[in-house]
Amino acid sequence: MIALLIRDVRLAVRAGGGFGLGLAFFLLVAVLVPLGVGPDGGTLARIAPGILWVGALLACLLSLDRLFALDYEDGSLDLLVTAPIPLEGVVAVKALAHWMVTGLPLTLVAPVLGVLLNLPAPGYFWLVVSLALGTPALSVIGAFGAALTVGLKRGGLLLSLLVLPLYVPTLIFGAEAVKRGAEGMATGTPLALLAAITAGAAALLPFAAAAAIRINLR
Amino acid sequence: MELRVENVSVARGGITVLQGVGFAVQPGQVLILRGPNGVGKTTLLRVIAGLQPSVAGTVFGGGDAVAYAAHADGLKATLTVAENLAFWAAIYGTRGVEAALVGMNLVDLRGRLAANLSAGQKRRLGLARLLVTGRPVWVLDEPTVSLDVASVALFGDALRGHLAVGGSALIATHIDLGVAAEVLDLTPFKARIGTVSGDFDAAFGGDFA
Repeated sequence: MIALLIRDVRLAVRAGGGFGLGLAFFLLVAVLVPLGVGPDGGTLARIAPGILWVGALLACLLSLDRLFALDYEDGSLDLLVTAPIPLEGVVAVKALAHWMVTGLPLTLVAPVLGVLLNLPAPGYFWLVVSLALGTPALSVIGAFGAALTVGLKRGGLLLSLLVLPLYVPTLIFGAEAVKRGAEGMATGTPLALLAAITAGAAALLPFAAAAAIRINLR
Repeated sequence: MELRVENVSVARGGITVLQGVGFAVQPGQVLILRGPNGVGKTTLLRVIAGLQPSVAGTVFGGGDAVAYAAHADGLKATLTVAENLAFWAAIYGTRGVEAALVGMNLVDLRGRLAANLSAGQKRRLGLARLLVTGRPVWVLDEPTVSLDVASVALFGDALRGHLAVGGSALIATHIDLGVAAEVLDLTPFKARIGTVSGDFDAAFGGDFA
């Protein structure tokens, strides 16, 4: 299991692994939105939580189709299915590796990009907390979508359409937590719901994803 | 551990390709599967490896006893030869990466990225993976594709070593591996054309056939 985690992280950071793609996309969004919206600080401050969360979500989506497709193409997925580790564990570990190379870096750079969007000072802490709680759900839900579309040529479009509606609750509660935090209101409810989505997704979706992979490999 | 296949039927794309296949492979024995292209060799091997269900019949001693190797070697291009092998050794909880490197003559290439290997070298690395699985039953689909004569001999030696410690092998191949083996021709088990298996997917597959 740990070997699989190390392998996936190592593959991601080596040449052509796609690490940095999500980060670059996130950076682009945060740089371009102020240029498009205009320099009015009040407007930017109001939309900053939403823009940062949408940017993080789309950045996560970018690398999802590689999650199982690469292993499928080179035959590793067949070999992993016949290996002595449960497929549910393989899915969970691969989702964790995906989070470590996308969600975690996004969470860490988000405060820097918050400056570009004039995020109010009290919001930074809640931005990091909400992303840390919410991005694991994005990776696990994405792993489920990737499992459903593994084996399809150019499955990325279908994957995006399948996954986007499932991302909506995470986006709503995540952005709401940051917005409330920035305005100095209580953030307990959206954060609790965000954590609940992550916990539920991490507990249930690896089983669903493993079943989907088994069917797709037939 | 004996691998026994009883009255198995397998389907590809919802169409039954083989019916009533039965054989047994004892420890220390090699069974070679032959048959024309498309007869269902790969599908049968995937059923035995547990990658897809059979339409009918039972496979005993498959699943967790099987080390499966197919056309794709499952190599990661940006990992080195040694890293690729070490990964699979860790997954199977075994040691013996060094022995596998020696066994398939990969010692000089150990630090090379898999992306820079030739087709034959990749195949040798794919076969070296079998040596680190530590599993008793090898189920191999065309293991000698793109290997030269010397490498086929090397693989023959590895196979004999595997048999000597009580392993067995089921191999779909068209060439002579230089190992004493029984041969099973699958042609007599070929399903009648238009035999549609009973499950839901098959109902759709049958329409396109």
